[in-house]
Parts: sequence; structure tokens; C-alpha cells
Amino acid sequence: MTTTGTPAAPPRPGGGAAPPEERPTAQERRRARRSRRYQRDVRWSPYAFVAPFFLFFGAFGLFPLLYTGWASLHRVSLTAPTEMEWAGLHNFTRLLEDEFFWNALRNTFTIGVLSTVPQLLMALGLAHVLNYRLRGSTFFRVVMLAPYATSVAAATLVFVMLYGRDYGMINWALGFVGIDAVDWQNGTWTSQFAVSTIVIWRWTGYNTLIYLAAMQAVPRDLYESAALDGASRWQQFLHVTVPSLRPTILFTVVVSTIGATQLFGEVLLFSSGGGAAGGINHQYQTLGLYLYEQGWVNLHLGRASAIAWMMFLILLLIALVNLLVARRLRKSQ
Amino acid sequence: MTLLKDAPARPAPAGDRPRAGRRPRAKGAGGQFHAGRLAYALIALVTVVSLFPLVWTAVAASRDNTRLAESPPPFWFGSNLPRNLDIAWHDANLGLALLNTAFVAGSIALGTVLFGTIAGFAFARLRFRFRTALLMLTIGTMMVPPQLSVVPLFMAIAELEWTNQLQAVILPTFVSAFGVFFMRQYLTQALPGELVEAARVDGAHSLRIVWHVVFPVARPAMAVLGMLTFVMAWNDFFWPIIALTQQNPTVQVALTGLGRGYIPDQSVIMAGALLGTLPLLLVLAVFGKQIVGGIMQGAVKG
Repeated sequence: MTTTGTPAAPPRPGGGAAPPEERPTAQERRRARRSRRYQRDVRWSPYAFVAPFFLFFGAFGLFPLLYTGWASLHRVSLTAPTEMEWAGLHNFTRLLEDEFFWNALRNTFTIGVLSTVPQLLMALGLAHVLNYRLRGSTFFRVVMLAPYATSVAAATLVFVMLYGRDYGMINWALGFVGIDAVDWQNGTWTSQFAVSTIVIWRWTGYNTLIYLAAMQAVPRDLYESAALDGASRWQQFLHVTVPSLRPTILFTVVVSTIGATQLFGEVLLFSSGGGAAGGINHQYQTLGLYLYEQGWVNLHLGRASAIAWMMFLILLLIALVNLLVARRLRKSQ
Repeated sequence: MTLLKDAPARPAPAGDRPRAGRRPRAKGAGGQFHAGRLAYALIALVTVVSLFPLVWTAVAASRDNTRLAESPPPFWFGSNLPRNLDIAWHDANLGLALLNTAFVAGSIALGTVLFGTIAGFAFARLRFRFRTALLMLTIGTMMVPPQLSVVPLFMAIAELEWTNQLQAVILPTFVSAFGVFFMRQYLTQALPGELVEAARVDGAHSLRIVWHVVFPVARPAMAVLGMLTFVMAWNDFFWPIIALTQQNPTVQVALTGLGRGYIPDQSVIMAGALLGTLPLLLVLAVFGKQIVGGIMQGAVKG
């Protein structure tokens, strides 16, 4: 970096920012040089340290983000992705008139709710249980991460089999309680429920660990004074644990919401044959899948960009709502 | 995995409770109650639910297609595993896919950890102009979904003729805002400013400080970040299926191919899923404790 200056460089008396001394000895000159080098180092090395990150980040994160906005105003085909034809807001108006866009938006929302709400509630309860003194607690924590370490593709492929209409294990088990074989893939609610369970299976353990960490940071004496006041375990959970966890809960809600908005792999692979349509009636086509279908099946990259920006706007909206809710909560406290 | 229970004591993850000393049951609460039977039952249930799909993947992978099309479904292992693994390995290109994925995930983990650490160090302990603004920019974009950059990235790799080449999936995620943020949080707390100053007084320039002071202090967090990144990169789905094809796939791309019925044999599909998941389960079995600690640490500070 800037610090690899040459130690053998010819001395330049009085040059640069050296202190103005009359007859610098060799030692003083060396010290001056060192101090110059030191200052250059202190001044510029921070930039050198953040530069690699921002270089990659700019090239592969920031620039594409903005360029997507530009591309959304053009007609671009996948077959010739470099030829762009100005289209103004056409992609957006088309999108708003497209019933499949609204369908995808609706599905993203319902699957998002179906997967996020039970997931976080279960994680909260589980974390509470894991917060007891347990034997083998490390083992349980690791086991709960096994679904997290399983990829979307592998998990979905297994669940598709488990949810199979004719030979799937879930329908077989339901048969014992007198429920007829459910056609998980072709029903609207059944398919959305099934997809949600994949998400829940993969992410509950991860969120449990996050809640558990936050619970362990809650000061003990809060519980002790609550216990002295005669609060039951359930009351302690409700009135001590949950309020202390509020920032963490908000954090997980935001992260899960973002994840739900992008839901893609589960729904792509849920149909046998892996179509981008999201079922014969598009019953579980999410926005992520719709984007993929428009861009990489129907070859309209401009339209895909417009969908991406709509997703971004929705996320901004959610972030805004979250911010307002958080502020409201803080005020009411 | 059971070995982890009595693994030698390591620096405890944030807030790990002391084990010694039974406290009287009636006193205190939260983290002090011993778990009752109900709690153990619940945890046992969760363990079964967490592991069942994985175990059943292996069961289905050891059967054949006809058996999987019968009711009731199989519950115990058959004898077909070697054959199915062999077909998945060769026909679905899984051998190549595993190699590719190991290379891709390894590179990404390396890049994220290395650049995340030095940038995190700069944000945590060095002064420079725009520090706060740049940090805010980094954090702000952590939440931007990958879908937003897919179209331009696709145009770029088409232009560069990188389709189907591994750098197309490595470079876009080679660094991560999360990595920078994670290391910054860790170093803010673990690396005393005086240590950096002392090294400076001794005449060490910044690169030396990074090598001899920052890296040793940051090592535990670097390991955790590396593992988390490796898992994420291994399982990355959206961009790889756009940038790569079945000729030069990552594991997830190859599995997608299986799922789309290029090989319509369910037991082979399950064998593929098993092969693609096993490496990460091994990582989890060996480093589980550290990964758990890392997620929990990140949670408290994030």
C-alpha cells in the first residue's frame, strides 16, 4: 500500500512536510521521513482497507441495483440482452394491468403470512423452553440447525415427495385420522400451506437460536423480582421475556419479511417438473417466481426489471411500516 | 454429533450459563428452572421433526422407484443406495457439481472473510472521512434483495461471455455487507483501540498491524463468518440457476435439474438430494457448536 515507501530513497532535506530545521542530522532526517510515512499511512490506509469491499460492492451490488431501474424503462429481450429499446413506463403500466402480477403479489403475501407468523411464534416458544437448564442443550441447538444447513433444493425435493397425493407419507398418516388423500399441489390453500411448511421447517431453528440469545441477555433480577411479585412462569414469559425481546422480535420480523418477499426456490421446485408458472392455476406463483418467468421463460428482461423494482418498493413500504410500528411501541413504553 | 456434548470447553458463546451448582427449583426463573418432562418431550418432538425429512431422504435414496410409488411409503432402508448414488453422481453431473460448489463456496467464504475483516477493522478502529456515511450505506444495502441486481448481472455476464463459468457466481457475492458489519461489530468490542495505538507507537505500519494484531484478535469471528458464508454460498439458489446450466452446475443447479425430471426416478432424485446435503451436515456436525455460537453472537449485537 502507501506504506511500502523505499527506505533507501535519497534524502530530500527540507522537502515536503518535513519540519523546517536548519541542519538536520541523519538521525533527525530519518525520523522526519518516518513521521511523514506514518502520517501518510494513518491518513490513507483506512481507504485502502475499505476499497476492495467497495470495489466489488459497487460493481456487483450498487451498480446493478441502479441499472435495474434503467432497464425497467426499456424493452430488452433475453436473446439480445445488450439491445435496449426505450419504452418509458410501459413495463410498469403493463404490470399493473396484468392479473398474474396481482395474483403473484397476493400469493407472496398469503404464503408470507402463513410461513412467517407460525414460524416466529414457534421459535419464540421453543427458545423459551431451551432457556431452561437442559441436558444436552448444545446437541439440540445443533440439531435444530440441520434444516437451516439443508438447501432449498434438497428440502423442497423431499417435501414434494412427503406431500405426494397418492404415495406421500403425509397423506398416508392423515388416512389414519380419517382424512382423504389431499391434493396438496393443485389446491390453492393446500399448496400454499405445503410451501409454507418448507419455509417453516428450514428457518424455525435459526430464529429460535436468535431468540434464545436475546433471552439469555435478559437480566436475571427482572425475573426474580417478578417471581417475588408472584408472577407465574407464563406471566413472566408474557411480561418480562417478550417486552425485553422486542427489538429482536422486530429484527426477525424484518428479516423474515424480506425472505418471504423473495421466496423463490421452494415454489419453483414445488411443482413436479419444476415450472416457473407456480402450479397449473398459478396458485403458488410468488413475485420472485413471476420475475423469473417473465425474464427467463418469456424472455422479457425489461419486464423482469420492472417486477424487481416493484419488489423493492414493497420492501421499502414494509420497512417504513416497521419503522412506524417500532416508534409507536417505543412511545407507548 | 453427540460428541459435541462433551467437547472441550471453548470460549463460551455469549451468555452461556454456568452449569455448576443446582439451584433450588422454586427460586428464580428464566434460565434457572430445570426443564420439566414436558419441555424434554417438546424438544424431542422438534428433534424428530427437524431430522425426519433428512433421514427419510436417505431411506428413499436406498429404495427404488417402484417401491416409492406404493403405499404405505417405506420406513426403513433398502439396498439400492449404491446404485442410486452412482446414477446421481454420473448422470446428474453431481461429481462435478460438488467440486464446483466446494470451489465456489470456498472462494466466496475466503473473500468475504478477508475483505470483511480489513474493512470491518477500518470501520471499527480507524478514523477517516465519510466513515459513518460509508458504514450506513453498507448496512442499508444489506436488506436489498438479490432479485434487484439479477437483470444487469445477467447482461454483464452475457457481454463478458461468462455464462456457465464459475467466476459468474463467485464474483457477485465475493464480498458481503453482512461480513463487513459482522466483523466491525466483533472488532469494536474485541479489539481495544490502545492495542492498535501501541502497535503504531512501536512503528508498525497498518498492514503489519492488520497481520499481527487484527487477524489474531479477529480469528474466532473470522472462523464463524467463514462457516456461515460457506453454508450460505453452498445453498445459494437464485443467481446460480440463472448464471449456470447443467453442463457446469453447482449442487443446487444440478438438484434443480433432477427435480425437473431429467431423470424421472424418484429414488435417484433423493440420492442426489442426499449427496448435495451431506457435506454441509458434516460441516455442521464438526463445527456445530461454533456455528451456533456465531449465530447467537450475531443476534445479540445485530
